[in-house]
Amino acid sequence: MALLELEKVEARYGPIRALHGVSLSVEEGQAVSLLGANGAGKTTTLRSISGTVRSTGDIAFASKRIAGRAPESIARLGIAHVPEGRGVYAELTVWENVLLGGSVRRERRAIKRDAEAALAHFPRIDSRRKQQAGTLSGGEQQMLALARALVARPRLLMLDEPSLGLAPTAVQEFYRVVRHLNQEQGLTVLVVEQNARIALASTQHAYVLEVGRVAMSGPSDELSRDEGVRASYLGY
Amino acid sequence: MTEFFQYVVVGLANGGVYATLALALVLIHRATGIVNFAQGEMGMFCTFIAWTLITHHGVPYWGAFFLTLLIAFFGGAATYKVVIQPLSRTGELTVVMATIALLIILNGLAGWIWAPDVKFLRSPSPFPPGDHFDVGGVIVNKQDLTVIVISLICVALVFLFFRFTRLGLQMRASAVGPATSRLLGIRVAMMLGIGWGMAAMLSAVSGMLAASQLELDPNFMLIVLTYAFAAAVLGGIDSPVGSVVGAFIIGIGISLLSGYASSFLGTELQLPLSLAVLMLVLVVRPAGLFGQVVVRRV
Repeated sequence: MALLELEKVEARYGPIRALHGVSLSVEEGQAVSLLGANGAGKTTTLRSISGTVRSTGDIAFASKRIAGRAPESIARLGIAHVPEGRGVYAELTVWENVLLGGSVRRERRAIKRDAEAALAHFPRIDSRRKQQAGTLSGGEQQMLALARALVARPRLLMLDEPSLGLAPTAVQEFYRVVRHLNQEQGLTVLVVEQNARIALASTQHAYVLEVGRVAMSGPSDELSRDEGVRASYLGY
Repeated sequence: MTEFFQYVVVGLANGGVYATLALALVLIHRATGIVNFAQGEMGMFCTFIAWTLITHHGVPYWGAFFLTLLIAFFGGAATYKVVIQPLSRTGELTVVMATIALLIILNGLAGWIWAPDVKFLRSPSPFPPGDHFDVGGVIVNKQDLTVIVISLICVALVFLFFRFTRLGLQMRASAVGPATSRLLGIRVAMMLGIGWGMAAMLSAVSGMLAASQLELDPNFMLIVLTYAFAAAVLGGIDSPVGSVVGAFIIGIGISLLSGYASSFLGTELQLPLSLAVLMLVLVVRPAGLFGQVVVRRV
């Protein structure tokens, strides 16, 4: 049984259907990319999983049905969703942002320890923990959002377009940490990306969405080698 | 000069009463994005509860004080859950209208329960009314001093709570980013309910302190609300520090005004004049004295 399983998930924004029955699964310990053009339904898929968009169909996480639950209770089951635009609290300090990642947990000392450990992945923001998070650059805010998500000790980490608006070196640095978390620490990752090249290089499996449906899927290295797939779906 | 300081001391005691209520207004505005016009009446209603506990049930003052705070907390949280939260989807204007309705309901209810005759709530101070210190000719009334100390303690506790506790941090987070907070597993609705409960507690403190200086009738908090609202706006409606500083400025300002100007202006002009000054300040500094500028980069 996969850690996360979506079965014919449909979602709509008002009259507009964004997902026309998406089925996918993520195994424990796996890193999976969700690729596709703008408007293909990648973000909506993540939102359906985290409960911030209403959906129909089956979503199961760790063998529990989670479709229809409130976002906060889904988060408490162990899903950390780093939304598009990062969702950093600009008014709060870097350290406060990271601590808030531990809101789903109880043990205060362990939360502080994990907050230290999470920041240690990113020396650039670690040295600025007393600053307002709004003063960080886009890349640094993305790192902060990831560090904050880690403090929840999630079983599944979902990242929505983390490379968006980032300098190429920041993208590389960010994905180096993601690969480390997945390969060395066994964290399960589901990442939505426009930048297919970096996503495929950092994951084992990939799904390509097209207008709200899964158009194709397979091992990441096979997809990235396939000229036809690259030309028609991935644009590089 | 002695006269001047005398007015300042008197003003500080009023400032403390306004500060607790102004802080309550700011808490609600930050959390829910609206002005709670019923904030003063919530304090008024709680003060009557305290009076009933003391007068009819023989509860000692401090027992009644803390019991009232407890009742205030649950009353405030219930108000959020039953009235504000269900309406919040319909827009801010609806919620503001609801708080005005609440103001009228609480006012009428208090008049109906506690017949309109004037009542008195004793001062929290252990000192008799005339007891005072004499500081170089300035008379510092011990009862006024008690009011100042209690209000400052309450304000300090609120600041420490938000600054240093985990719950306080989660409440601040819920106020500035509710959607993000839910993704982090924070129960935002519960945080807002707690915020309304805390604001009600502050209003109750404000009411009980005000009642020790004024007569207790269903309308006694309306004037306090006006000044507290002015203080919150003066400080910058989203700035807790600003609201407290604003409250003391207004308390002292009114005291000076009535001290020096009442001989030729009369007491009727106190309220309009102080609000006119407030408007002038806002014309110069629309964000208020402590209006916060948040640095953002995208």
